[in-house]
Amino acid sequence: MNGVGATDIFWWVVLPYVAMTVFVVGHVWRWRYDRFGWDCYSTELLEHRLLKWGAPLFHYGAFAAILGHVMGVLVPISFTQALGIPEEVYRWFSAVGGALAAVVVVVGIAILASRRMLVSRVRATTAKIDYVALVLLLIIVITGVIPTIWLNLLGPGYNYRLTVAPWFRGLFTGSPDVEAMVSAPAVYQIHATAAWVLWAVWPFSRLVHAWSFPLWYLWRPFVVYRSRGIIMPPEPGTAGRRWRKIGGPA
Amino acid sequence: MRVMAQVAMVMNLDKCIGCHTCSVTCKQVWTNRPGLEYVYFNNVETKPGVGYPRRYEDQRQWRGGWKLDRKGRLTLKAGGRLRRLLQMYYNPDLPSIDDYGEPWTYDYRTVIDAPLGTVNPSAHSISTLTGEDMRIRWGSNFDDDLAGGPEHAPDDPDLEGLQERVRMEFEQVFMFYLPRICEHCLNPSCVASCPSGAMYKREEDGIVLVDQNRCRGWRFCVSGCPYKKVYFNYKTGKAEKCTFCFPRIESGQPTICSETCVGRLRYLGLLLYDADAVLAAASTPDPQDLYEAQLSVFLDPEDPHVRAEAARSGIADDWIEAARRSPVHALAVRHRVALPLHPEFRTLPMVWYIPPLSPVADVAHAEGYDPADPDRVFAAIDALRVPVEYLANLFTAGKAETVRLVLRRLAAVRAVMRDVQLGRDPGEEVPRSVGMSPDDIDDLYRLLAIAKYEDRYVIPQVHAEEAGALTAQHQQLFCSLDGEGGPGMGGQGYPPPAGRAAAGEPPMFQGQDGRLHANLLGWDGTGDPSRLFPDAQGEAT
Repeated sequence: MNGVGATDIFWWVVLPYVAMTVFVVGHVWRWRYDRFGWDCYSTELLEHRLLKWGAPLFHYGAFAAILGHVMGVLVPISFTQALGIPEEVYRWFSAVGGALAAVVVVVGIAILASRRMLVSRVRATTAKIDYVALVLLLIIVITGVIPTIWLNLLGPGYNYRLTVAPWFRGLFTGSPDVEAMVSAPAVYQIHATAAWVLWAVWPFSRLVHAWSFPLWYLWRPFVVYRSRGIIMPPEPGTAGRRWRKIGGPA
Repeated sequence: MRVMAQVAMVMNLDKCIGCHTCSVTCKQVWTNRPGLEYVYFNNVETKPGVGYPRRYEDQRQWRGGWKLDRKGRLTLKAGGRLRRLLQMYYNPDLPSIDDYGEPWTYDYRTVIDAPLGTVNPSAHSISTLTGEDMRIRWGSNFDDDLAGGPEHAPDDPDLEGLQERVRMEFEQVFMFYLPRICEHCLNPSCVASCPSGAMYKREEDGIVLVDQNRCRGWRFCVSGCPYKKVYFNYKTGKAEKCTFCFPRIESGQPTICSETCVGRLRYLGLLLYDADAVLAAASTPDPQDLYEAQLSVFLDPEDPHVRAEAARSGIADDWIEAARRSPVHALAVRHRVALPLHPEFRTLPMVWYIPPLSPVADVAHAEGYDPADPDRVFAAIDALRVPVEYLANLFTAGKAETVRLVLRRLAAVRAVMRDVQLGRDPGEEVPRSVGMSPDDIDDLYRLLAIAKYEDRYVIPQVHAEEAGALTAQHQQLFCSLDGEGGPGMGGQGYPPPAGRAAAGEPPMFQGQDGRLHANLLGWDGTGDPSRLFPDAQGEAT
């Protein structure tokens, strides 16, 4: 690997693997020791006029963005070429689709972020880790929207499928192409780095609620019966934190 | 037939004086925590009034409870399952905290620290949500005793459909109190609304609970409950609700609201019901038939066949016996004087209300009827449209005849007992006119007027015999020898029981009270246990 320094190794190899480890171990820890805190901490009770627009826009926009990342990053360029999709068609499809999703996500997160910072009732129920996650999300969204709209939709275009995507897939096969990632524009590098930090923060923030989407509700019986059962005393050391102290007067 | 037992409550509204003791003790026990300042698992509303949260009874606005779809199948009023999941990020039917009342405290420090001689130092109100100054606009029970009545009471959803409005003049006003807790419904729409499956109805006693470790804060239970008796803790992000004081119920004690009720108006007891009949009863097409349909799912514990089925379903003997003595079964099913609150929500609620006769009698008095004469009160009950139809909107989905019959039964008890008191022969005319026998009247009189603590609260203890075994197993995870001074902690082991006596005699030891006690742990169980019993001087011989 010529021209790859220790710093590059840190950012494009060490950081992703550390983040992945923290992500997995963190979730196991959180589930075992703080299942009570595994929650979405909704603030709809306190403020609903802004949430009505912000939350659905952000969540559905984020789903579209995730789908776009799966198509653009996880699916190799050779696969779409084998299907006979020309590079030009893919580019315009991803640029237009991505731009649409980007607009929805940006409007959604703008509403949600301003609500969280400006509405005092909402601010009072916000933990420090939530601000960290929010700032990271803002960085990720901004650095994701800029290349999608300015570079790919309005500008000359940049084929991230030849640099960023192989590096990302390489992380999972154990041979990340660091050189390719080093050559990518800075905006992609910031985007990827912030994303890795977010994965590391994820298990400790309210973002864990994403894994609790209750799809099971679609086919479970309406009324749930449960036997009284045996209430076990908590194992030593697993009680975890029970009540968060957040905002408001004591 | 699948027999299940349900702990249920009856409240006699005639006896409620609106003192809020139940609300206060409930608050102290269950919701005296940050995030729940605005929450009252038990609250007492003045009727007519808007309730708590504001106008919760209007399901066109809140869309709680169940409805029948076009094919007559039971479905959630707020929409199907897929619709729930698509609305995860914004629940359009969720009340705002302002509908309950923003919680506040006062800046007491300005009063405490006011320099001597300050004229009337005053503490201003501070929001407990934000810590900022606030103006108090609304809170739970702001229309207590019809405060602001002319302004608020006409917003009562139960007054809809009544041509003449309840008159708000002081002399003629029709008013009573309605204490409310969770209904612990047979067909709970909150449980059906919970996407996480965190809410459940207990198989043993029918109490509806939220598993706090499973709740993810999706908050559909809050909007799904038509009584708005599931609340959102905005600090923990979890739903919390009335637990029917299950730790007390499990040990055979009444709920804290019942225990502390000054008017002694609450009754607790078991009802046996056929779980297989619940869905059909809740799907009854005409809402006005729901009351009768709900009664039809209850089983008569006097019927030997029912008792055999109950035993087969795993209900313990002492529970079946308790169901036979249940005051709730007597009042709601046998005498039919207790009615469910808003049966039209189709949840089959299990907190029942004896509608108040007193305000009707008061209005009758104001209208010139003689309340002492039962015939006149009967006539008044028939003539007074507004109070009866208002009560019907609350308890029978608008079917006035049912409420009228209950009120006439209550009036008949009073009339008969007045005759007994005055040494006159009450005859069988009055009881028969309300479809009861003199014995029924006597039974009802004893239940309503005399019933002592043991008669009002017939609560069998939980069967937790097998729990001990598992607890012991659990404790084995932590070696009992690892206690302080035990061999596992490097000690010499526990000392042998002190004062080990000869075989056949329980060993004695001196207790902290200075007296000799028998140590049964060290006794081999043979021989004469006479030393177990102290002599008259209080010393063991």
